[in-house]
Amino acid sequence: MLTLERVSKTYKVGLFGGTDLAAVRDVSFSLQPGEVISLIGESGSGKSTIGKMILRLLAVNGGAITHDGTDIATLRGSALRSYYRTVQGVFQDPFSSFNPIFKADHVFGLIRGVYFGSASTAEWERKLNDALEAVTLDPGQVLHKYPHQLSGGQLQRLLIARALLLDTRYLVADEIISMLDASTRIDVLNLLGDLKARGLGILFITHDLSLGNYISERTVILRRGRIVEMGATAAVFGQPLHPYTRMLIASVPRLHEKWGQIDAGVRAGSGWAPAPGERCLFHAAVPDGGAAADLAGLAGSGLAELEAGHFVGCVAPTADGTCGGRSASAA
Amino acid sequence: MSLQVTDLRVYYRTLAGDVKALDGVTFGIADGEIMGLAGESGCGKSTLGNSLIRMEGRMRHVGGTVTLDGVPLPIDDQADMNHFRFAEVSIIPQYAMSALNPTRKIGKMVGELVATRGVRYHDIREELERRLELVGLARDVLDRYPIELSGGMKQRMVMVLSTLLDPSLLIADEITSALDVSSQRAVAQTLVEFRDRGFVKSMIVVTHDVSILYQISNTLAIMYAGKLAEKAPTDVIMSRPKHPYTRLLISSLPEIGVRFEEQRLTGIPGTPPSLLNPPTGCRFRERCPIAIARCTDEEPPFVEVEPNHSVACWMAS
Amino acid sequence: MTTRAPSAGAQTPDVVQGPQGVPTVPGAVPVGGRPDPRPMSRRGEILYFALRTKKVIIGLTIIAVFLVLALIGPIIRPGDPDALIGPLGASPSADWWFGTTSFGQDIFAQFVYSLGSTFLVGALGGGIAAIIGMTVGFVAGYRGGWIDEVLNMITNVVLVIPTLALLLVAAAYLSARGVVVEALFIGFTSWPWAARAIRAQTFSLRSREFVNLARMSGVKGLRIVFGEIAPNMSSYLFLTFILLFGGAILIAATLDFIGLGPTSGSSLGLMMYDAVAWSALQLGLWWWFIPPGVAITAIVGALYITNVGLDEVFNPKLRNT
Repeated sequence: MLTLERVSKTYKVGLFGGTDLAAVRDVSFSLQPGEVISLIGESGSGKSTIGKMILRLLAVNGGAITHDGTDIATLRGSALRSYYRTVQGVFQDPFSSFNPIFKADHVFGLIRGVYFGSASTAEWERKLNDALEAVTLDPGQVLHKYPHQLSGGQLQRLLIARALLLDTRYLVADEIISMLDASTRIDVLNLLGDLKARGLGILFITHDLSLGNYISERTVILRRGRIVEMGATAAVFGQPLHPYTRMLIASVPRLHEKWGQIDAGVRAGSGWAPAPGERCLFHAAVPDGGAAADLAGLAGSGLAELEAGHFVGCVAPTADGTCGGRSASAA
Repeated sequence: MSLQVTDLRVYYRTLAGDVKALDGVTFGIADGEIMGLAGESGCGKSTLGNSLIRMEGRMRHVGGTVTLDGVPLPIDDQADMNHFRFAEVSIIPQYAMSALNPTRKIGKMVGELVATRGVRYHDIREELERRLELVGLARDVLDRYPIELSGGMKQRMVMVLSTLLDPSLLIADEITSALDVSSQRAVAQTLVEFRDRGFVKSMIVVTHDVSILYQISNTLAIMYAGKLAEKAPTDVIMSRPKHPYTRLLISSLPEIGVRFEEQRLTGIPGTPPSLLNPPTGCRFRERCPIAIARCTDEEPPFVEVEPNHSVACWMAS
Repeated sequence: MTTRAPSAGAQTPDVVQGPQGVPTVPGAVPVGGRPDPRPMSRRGEILYFALRTKKVIIGLTIIAVFLVLALIGPIIRPGDPDALIGPLGASPSADWWFGTTSFGQDIFAQFVYSLGSTFLVGALGGGIAAIIGMTVGFVAGYRGGWIDEVLNMITNVVLVIPTLALLLVAAAYLSARGVVVEALFIGFTSWPWAARAIRAQTFSLRSREFVNLARMSGVKGLRIVFGEIAPNMSSYLFLTFILLFGGAILIAATLDFIGLGPTSGSSLGLMMYDAVAWSALQLGLWWWFIPPGVAITAIVGALYITNVGLDEVFNPKLRNT
């Protein structure tokens, strides 16, 4: 199991690095094999940062990410290499993920050198073909071409095949289909669904709520680095508890229903802000501002469990993360 | 006031030959109409949008005519077209956020821009401020440099700027792609508001996101491989699409409420054809589930099969 | 010494980004990644353009001429170039193609030997500067953080050192200097701009996802730099070397001319120094300083023109076609 416990990431910005910019604050959740969690957030929400921290591409400032109990920040050398056998990632821009001067099979060559050095050529080719078949790609069509000769969809599938080659158990999919065309998106998405059925645990990072709703069991809504709502996808989309979630859902353009008069609460100014008088359910549940959560690791993380497995955060947390303290009567 | 495009052909001249990005497109837009232009990448929608205002780089106007309000648009002549740009035909470019000159205060830039059309900044300032307020920008934004504004603010600024002189035709080129879902709705609804208040007479909204077009456009035109596949009022396209590409496209879009386990959506197998040497006959035939022999031999014409509903498909007409 | 650094797009691949309607001109690379109809690979494409760009052809031809001259010169005119074998101060004639010096030395013989030494200084000095510049640039660009800060500081220090003053001091201590020492000196002082430029390119390439992918494949840092990043910048590195080579020749000629050159051996700059020292200008012995001057100008100029031409080849956006 991959667990994030109160993970934070702070950058030092400003003149002489005096100011702290919190990209991620107190994020806690866990991912099991065989389930898909959507991590939904707008730009600046920190979702990509979380993905990169799980992949050990960025360092964690606060809290810890553990894999089967081991803190991944402590991994070095061969332990880190075996971590990468279990956890892999695919990123947003397929054309940036491939080195343009090498052919597409270069990415496989890299892992062969590190992980399959002792395998014979025949064995390696067999594994490679199996992985490519699992993502419905024809080896002859893709391996000897340059990235610019392949489509975005094919490239993303190649990267997924690479993860499968390593027998990955967890995949961080960071906006992997946002740069693909509508007709290929659904194919890659369906592929993820099939892999989930085969036991892969997927962290599906996206800003597109419809995609998250299509594929995931659980949903985490992120805003400005903090979790505002978390729970089963049906619950989060069906009965959203947090006003930000409601705004997001209302803003999504539907295909068979017009926006109409629904006020999405979007201010034509500096983005979303809670309406004055907006009731903070978190504060109503934990008036002392702390968080009383049953699951270990969530205590103090600013989330209250209002229904089984359905968590909600404060409507307007203060700058240092405590609850802004709005009860039903607060203005 | 209306736009009429007849058999427009715009090719990109490259070393390898001519890329037939836009290969014979005919349609019309009425006064007050917002037309959505959708399609995959490489279908020619951006080319169409851009060719109506400025031929860039290697774009060559190879054939066809464009008429706006009864006056032919000289789209292949950069100098003549200048007379129309900004005043009659305007565009909100794709990366609008980088369209502002970073070394100029915004107010100054607006002044220079309108001066090229013989309008004094002083005369238009009041209207400018009214419109800024409409989109939620404070007046003092005119005294600021672009770097002081956020991405969303710059986007709105460019929207106001592009429509300041009340053009007849506005082309919005992928203006919601880079935005978050909350800003997308605000921007899309602002576009409609501009039309409703008469700032703009008609609009072409170019995007790959069909769902946004469903929300704001009156008619929807679907392009494929440089040609128009279907054009009809939005409701009609969504409920009774006739072109197989349109049908497959719509059915591949996930909507909130549709889940993988319950209803598995399907994509469109294959990739669009190369526009350097497009195939004979219908360009969609290789991916089309209902293609017949005639589709390979003859290219289906874009004809009106119902009032206001045109399709280019042998099986539909 | 201002040099026109290769444009930043020298090896930015002209790959179209994903299909979100980014308006790019199709044709150079197929939009959306359809199977490429053109038969040429990227290397083939580069060679095709390189051999057709006027600037590259002219530049390379000029350099080739001088290089050939430097190689076969000693064969045409064997023997000690400084031997006093001719008439004093004779103008060019059939016997003495470039005339003779005031001491009766064959200027053509001196010329072809000097050409060789000039190329040597260029290659050695430019090579050393390139190695240092690349090392500093790659490490600073890839690692970032405090290593980057330290290396930046070193780069800045070397950049602002008044090389002339340093050379004067060195000249005072090293009474006997050869061409190699001069090349070393040039190599150790002319690398900062290259380091800066390479650092900037490395920085930008490092943020590309394929570097992250390599990291997630368990590949170590050094291998990533040399296996993923440097090959992506190969044209940029090539152009940088050309500029360092030309720059080294020019610096060497300048130093020689003002008397801070090697104490033994000969070079084009030294020839000009001698010419001025022995009043060739006043005496009207134009054939003594014109050939070396023209040669330096031509070689360095040709290198820079080749650089500009190749820049156009590597970066399609600069092409005029």
